[in-house]
Amino acid sequence: MSYRIVTAGDSAVVVEFEERIDPAVNARTIAFAEAVQAANLPGVRDVVPTYRSTAIYFDPLRTDSVALMACIEREAVKPPAAQPAPAAPVRIPVCYGGELGPDLEAVASFARADEDEVVRLHTAATYRVFMLGFVPGFAYLGLVDERIAMARRSTPRVRVPSGSVGIAGVQTGIYPTETPGGWQLIGRTPLKPFDPARAEPFLMKAGDAVQFYPINRGEYDSWQ
Amino acid sequence: MAVAVLRVIKPGMLTTIQDAGRWGFQARGVPVAGPMDPVSHRLANALVGNVREAAALEITLLGPELEFEDERLVAVTGAEFEITLDGKAVRGNAPFVVTAESRLRFGERRRGARAYLAISSGIAVPPMLGSRSTHLVSAMGGAAGRALAAGDRLPLGDPRKVEGAVLAPQPAAVPLPERHARLRVLPGPQRDYFSGDALEVLQSAPYAIGQNSDRMGYRLEGPRLTHARGADIISDATPLGVLQVPASGQPILLMADRQTTGGYPKIATVISADVAVAGQLGPADTISFAVCTPAEAMAALIAQERALMAVEAWRA
Repeated sequence: MSYRIVTAGDSAVVVEFEERIDPAVNARTIAFAEAVQAANLPGVRDVVPTYRSTAIYFDPLRTDSVALMACIEREAVKPPAAQPAPAAPVRIPVCYGGELGPDLEAVASFARADEDEVVRLHTAATYRVFMLGFVPGFAYLGLVDERIAMARRSTPRVRVPSGSVGIAGVQTGIYPTETPGGWQLIGRTPLKPFDPARAEPFLMKAGDAVQFYPINRGEYDSWQ
Repeated sequence: MAVAVLRVIKPGMLTTIQDAGRWGFQARGVPVAGPMDPVSHRLANALVGNVREAAALEITLLGPELEFEDERLVAVTGAEFEITLDGKAVRGNAPFVVTAESRLRFGERRRGARAYLAISSGIAVPPMLGSRSTHLVSAMGGAAGRALAAGDRLPLGDPRKVEGAVLAPQPAAVPLPERHARLRVLPGPQRDYFSGDALEVLQSAPYAIGQNSDRMGYRLEGPRLTHARGADIISDATPLGVLQVPASGQPILLMADRQTTGGYPKIATVISADVAVAGQLGPADTISFAVCTPAEAMAALIAQERALMAVEAWRA
């Protein structure tokens, strides 16, 4: 798989793989990020894999740039290791529609289907966490079935409640905190994608598999 | 006796607790935060004998009034304010001793946008994901994830007796801009997403910092940059100091509280040594960008580091 190294100022380099949203390219990106992280080079501050590139942040005064570049070149050309047996998917309960999913109806009209069909299509797929970003714990999941892949709202909401599950084109995701947001909201989960008080604060990491399953309002309200 | 606290009498306009930033969690979407002017932050810690990562206050445009409970060394760096301790003027860029009941007041601001106040042994609010830095948008770290408020009582680290001489006043670590700064940039990471003359356009006239600017980023108003391949990229990481350019062609300079990722092409990145200068700018101030070489960026960073290390070596 081809790659190129671009610099971003004097304290970050970005290693770009092929320019497309593709699970294989993303898997390569994540494996590369893990390898650079594991090399534990002095001065490296953060390694951030995204859809198709990995940024390496470093302190230029405390990093051996020759060693860093050698590490990048060694790891970037490595063929992807045999895929480890996929871990069990993270399963996310969602109460779809109603006041918790105010855009479910709009997505159903977009799909020319009923709301149950939208729920069926949203819960049928196993999604990949391509990356996290936007706010702590926000995972970009894909790929959503084309039939329900409705574009963002033309006017974003000023406040999206935490736990809201949304669709934006072929992406789906969960808002971990109350923020402004433009995704089509089809439901809400009682789980917290990010909870700093938890032993493991994050529900998901890049590369994870995720499935949604429906719960009713009573189950949502009584969720512990 | 209970742990000593710093009492907030008046909070100022936007005073936050910042350490060296929340590094290591960007892959989980957690922004770095940290000081807007990391150099002045580090100098303040050096002047009171703290480790460079210690949590200190970042004070924005309008300063606070604070009361102490025990003997401490304190230093204020960065933006120049009129500062009084129990009515007597104290100098910036120099440590001074406060005692129980001492009141520190910030008055008129003369130059720069952000001052840093370090206290010996640091501010000891509980760290979150390894850092005490406040990230306002995600309500994380610092004083319950927000700016200081009147009545806050901030826990301080274990006191150390202030002994012997304290450091003499030091030169400012960052040249304070007079409402205008020249910031050096390196092209990239997405230089190739812009028209051939975009870097010349970027350097052709100053950009003004829009009112809608904050710790996340500065919305700039000036010569319009032209995209060559559209204004969307597959979202990727957003480094400190990068200039991202949405469809409007007006760049946004990403600062300390920036999101970890973004979907706009990024034409150039402010060099590390000049990020601190950017942090001393406020709304309506102007910026001239100048492309430099990697060697120049490194030389500037080394010069800055030498000055800081000279102060750190003294260890109050």
